[in-house]
Amino acid sequence: MRLLLKAIIVLCFSLPIIAADEPNSTTEIPDVNTIVNKANIMAYYQGEDGKAKVNITITNKQGQTREREFIILRKDVNDGRDQKYYVYFLKPADVRKMVYLVHKHVDLKKDDDRWLYLPALDLVKRIAAGDKRTSFVGSDFLYEDVSGRSLEEDTHELIETTDKVFVVKNVPKQPDTVEFSYYNVAIDRKTFVPMKMQFYDKEGKLYRVIESKKIEVIQEFPTVVKSEVRDLKTGSKTEMEFSDIKYNIELEDIFTERYLHRPPREAMR
Amino acid sequence: MSCPRIIITLLIWAATSVTFPAVARGSDENGTSSLFSELAVETHGFYEIRSGYRIRKDKYEKDMSVMESRLQLELSSYPEWADLKFKADVFGDMVSEEGHFDLREAYIFTRPFDFMDLKFGRQILTWGTGDLVFINDLFPKDWQSFFIGRDTEYLKAPSDAVKMSLFGDRANLDIVYTPKFDPDRFINGERISYWNPTLDRLVGEDAIVHTDRPNQWLRDFEIAARLYKNISNYEFALYGYHGYWKSPGGQNTSGQAIFPDLNVYGASIRGNVGKGIGNLEFGYYESADDQSGKNVLINNSELRYLIGYTQEIGRDFTGGIQYYVEHMMDYGRYKDLQPGPRRDRDRHLITVRLTKLLMSQNLRCSLFTYYSPSDKDAYMRPNVSYKVSDNLAVELGGNIFSGDYPHTFFGQFQNNTNVYTALRYSF
Repeated sequence: MRLLLKAIIVLCFSLPIIAADEPNSTTEIPDVNTIVNKANIMAYYQGEDGKAKVNITITNKQGQTREREFIILRKDVNDGRDQKYYVYFLKPADVRKMVYLVHKHVDLKKDDDRWLYLPALDLVKRIAAGDKRTSFVGSDFLYEDVSGRSLEEDTHELIETTDKVFVVKNVPKQPDTVEFSYYNVAIDRKTFVPMKMQFYDKEGKLYRVIESKKIEVIQEFPTVVKSEVRDLKTGSKTEMEFSDIKYNIELEDIFTERYLHRPPREAMR
Repeated sequence: MSCPRIIITLLIWAATSVTFPAVARGSDENGTSSLFSELAVETHGFYEIRSGYRIRKDKYEKDMSVMESRLQLELSSYPEWADLKFKADVFGDMVSEEGHFDLREAYIFTRPFDFMDLKFGRQILTWGTGDLVFINDLFPKDWQSFFIGRDTEYLKAPSDAVKMSLFGDRANLDIVYTPKFDPDRFINGERISYWNPTLDRLVGEDAIVHTDRPNQWLRDFEIAARLYKNISNYEFALYGYHGYWKSPGGQNTSGQAIFPDLNVYGASIRGNVGKGIGNLEFGYYESADDQSGKNVLINNSELRYLIGYTQEIGRDFTGGIQYYVEHMMDYGRYKDLQPGPRRDRDRHLITVRLTKLLMSQNLRCSLFTYYSPSDKDAYMRPNVSYKVSDNLAVELGGNIFSGDYPHTFFGQFQNNTNVYTALRYSF
């Protein structure tokens, strides 16, 4: 399920659906690991690479909004589990042209490699691995929502099956490392797209909800093009919209220092 | 001196042979349209008001440390054949009672081949692994802006240069050729008072440094190179520099400050260490005009090295520490010859950076501290900035110098201790 999270966010690029060759077995219910793995594979490892423009709107309790806009490029390393991300910021103005580069490692023992490029100083800064449950660009999404939570970090249990979704409960193996006690994910039975994730705090109270609000089929891949996270404790919410989504764009290895100094054309158009 | 000519010829050759085909290609694709047709220009920038005061009396400088309103405009365009960038500041400076124009960037970037990038013109350049400590980064710095409380962006002064980058499977190579020496915007007494060893006292506006600076195009050039490779995300680099001490590194017999010849050879490595990022860097500064340290008027050769580590120490809370040494190669001669207060053979420096983000990362609190146990002095840079909205930011900060002696690196700036505030609207 780990990836389900990410799925919601990043999946936009990668969400090809396997459902096509997986006839709707409405009668047959796969076991939970199959569901989780399928959602994971569907969310991350379909298509060689992808591109999207992302608009984030953060609305706090008082109704004040802040916006972020960036272009994100993604490429899978060898069909393996590792991936590379290139994030080119367009808004707000003070971070325009900043680049955030991640070499993501799925191995729990290996931290992701991260760089930040600050154009005004021509500075390539290496960023120390951080707590993945901190806010992503000041929004209600967390780094882990974007860059991933390993399936091995949680135990998974299928707790409900309806006409439309499987509901999987995920309990962290190391509860001390996270702020939730468990979270439930509703996964579309046909497409394996995670439709809703609900996080419960240590007292068992629902406090955080991520929902897939709009799904489109892009290059035959069902893709979440709009998702929303609501923090029930702070009263703030963040909406994330994806546009200009393309899969299999034959990205070269642009995930290097060369392309920090000067972004690839794919990131600028 | 035939070496620079060859390099220039090569560069010009490279530029022409490479740019023109690229240009031609661009035009072909656009049919009959001219090069600059459909040249879409993006415009961005900011407007800023910044004011700061000394919190100690300095009899050689004004009480205002910084007082300016500044507009930065950045124009960029990306036609098929190149990237074009123009970035300039205009600001009214109430301390100097002057208006200024500062052209920060004006360059053309092209990618003539898959394995080559070229950047011509005025540009900001940075490399090396130190955090606000520079060993192999010999590109010009603006220490004056840094000390009076301008944005950290202004620590880097622009270079008028050509940067050629070559990319290969075995390694990558950057070569930066600066046809006319670009010195630092060093401390010269205009805005910051300093220790003048000749006068044996603190000075400021009353003793502006006069320099005799290498300033002939093509003859007084600089060349810097970096050979680098990333192996399993450990970044290895070798560096070379041929040019001049970037801030005055000596005196001529008529008492003018000079920029003696300097060659630097160095190396660095950076990568994951434990939970954080570690870096190591060293550089040998060969003071080419006085290799044996016999000339008291010219800087000694030095070995400089640095070890650093950065780690997240809490949620949205990062800490970094560095240990840096400047080791004089011919200290014995220096000691015998130096008339006034002497420095130690080794200048030890420890830096600590703490950064905490709060309020949905809109409030940023940071403190960068330099502390030298050998010089017994320190320099602290506290800063708090808050993003009121996506466009508007306010900032409050300080530059705090302290030291036991008036002649040490940071100790000499004690009377320049200042606090500042700024308001910036970005667009």
